[in-house]
Amino acid sequence: MRRWQKEKASMAVKNVFASRWGVVLVGAVIGILAPVLQKLGNPGNMGICVACMERDMAGALGLHRAQVVQYLRPEIIGFVLGSLVAAYLFKEFRPRAGSAPIVRFVLGVFAMIGALVFLGCPWRAMLRLAGGDGNAILGLAGLAFGVWIGTLFLKSGYTLGRTQSTSATVGWILPLIMLGFLVLLVLFPQVPGEPKSGVLFYSVKGPGAMHAPVAVSLGIGLLVGFLAQRSRFCTMGALRDLILFRSTHLFGGFVSLILFAFLTNLLLGQFKAGFVGQPVAHTQHFWNFAGMALAGLAFALAGGCPGRQLFLAGEGDGDAAVFVIGMLVGAAFSHNFGLASSPQGIGPHGMAAVIVGFAVCLWIGLTLRKKTV
Amino acid sequence: MATTVDARGFSCPQPVLMTLQAIKATQPGELVVLVDTDTSKENVMRAAQSQGYVVKDVSQEGEGYRIHIQRG
Repeated sequence: MRRWQKEKASMAVKNVFASRWGVVLVGAVIGILAPVLQKLGNPGNMGICVACMERDMAGALGLHRAQVVQYLRPEIIGFVLGSLVAAYLFKEFRPRAGSAPIVRFVLGVFAMIGALVFLGCPWRAMLRLAGGDGNAILGLAGLAFGVWIGTLFLKSGYTLGRTQSTSATVGWILPLIMLGFLVLLVLFPQVPGEPKSGVLFYSVKGPGAMHAPVAVSLGIGLLVGFLAQRSRFCTMGALRDLILFRSTHLFGGFVSLILFAFLTNLLLGQFKAGFVGQPVAHTQHFWNFAGMALAGLAFALAGGCPGRQLFLAGEGDGDAAVFVIGMLVGAAFSHNFGLASSPQGIGPHGMAAVIVGFAVCLWIGLTLRKKTV
Repeated sequence: MATTVDARGFSCPQPVLMTLQAIKATQPGELVVLVDTDTSKENVMRAAQSQGYVVKDVSQEGEGYRIHIQRG
């Protein structure tokens, strides 16, 4: 057998999840497991939300002190470690870094700020829609708008430059941080009714107090991290590739997630259609749109949705790890400076933050353009 | 001689954009694309096939891949 035929054959064996149906399958798995996590305790339409969960982690670590959103979410730890395991098993762990890390950090900060004005990442926008929350339509429209702006920059030569392959140590930093978080979670478990356990903060009410059992959350996180690394699942990429290349490859997973989450919600009695009174959501339509548009633009400029950044970090991408840390810091800014929304509406400085975020992202998009061929 | 696109170090979608730009700019019969991640390799192969090219050869090169595509 010729070498490329061998390569093709081995790809088919080792990477079935990266096929069209593989991506659809992974979307279905996430679409089923996320509502199950809600049934087991996670907040409404928040079975999995990378932005919300990283915000809760920032709270658990005391980076912000919003008492209702503090919990060291095991799902996020699982995403990174599951991806790490998959990358090692399939020889795809490639430590690399050096592509404009400070820009990626700032994009992570503003991606989180935009997501918290809407109240969710793209995954949660889809889960909110699948749970009947009409406000998610504005969020998803905003996400598509932001990604569309990002594609205009990509088409005109926007780039953050090349990464360089580097020491395995660099690739291990974020997985080790996540392992450290897991150790903290084991050493300082939640004490019912107590706002603090050792060094960790825990919510006693609000979304942060709602969670599935730790082992279930971690197990599902590991599984999703493993599958998403194999399938290259990316919600922003799904829209970007559709707009940029008319490619529906990743979009299949996007649609599958919504469809299976909708069906699972129906089965579990979690579907409630409407705009008002939806869990952890507000009805300020313009700001739902604008918040997610900012997040979408930041994701497009950084090259991946927040979930994808975690999976990339798990396979050794130090720049994606910097984006993740940027999101944690962005969550802290959001709650320390009154930028984040609540079910009552946007925060006192949410509008200003979105405007500043757009200005910064547009400046980044406009000034980092050069011919790449 | 095949045109070579060095997309090593770039994350997606840039390797795909660079490949499509090269196809559009020169309409080459053959093209060699260098990438350094499996995701880029898969995406470039898929994009090339969508443009009527066939993957003639994929080989390991350093820590990445050399993808040789040809107009089908």
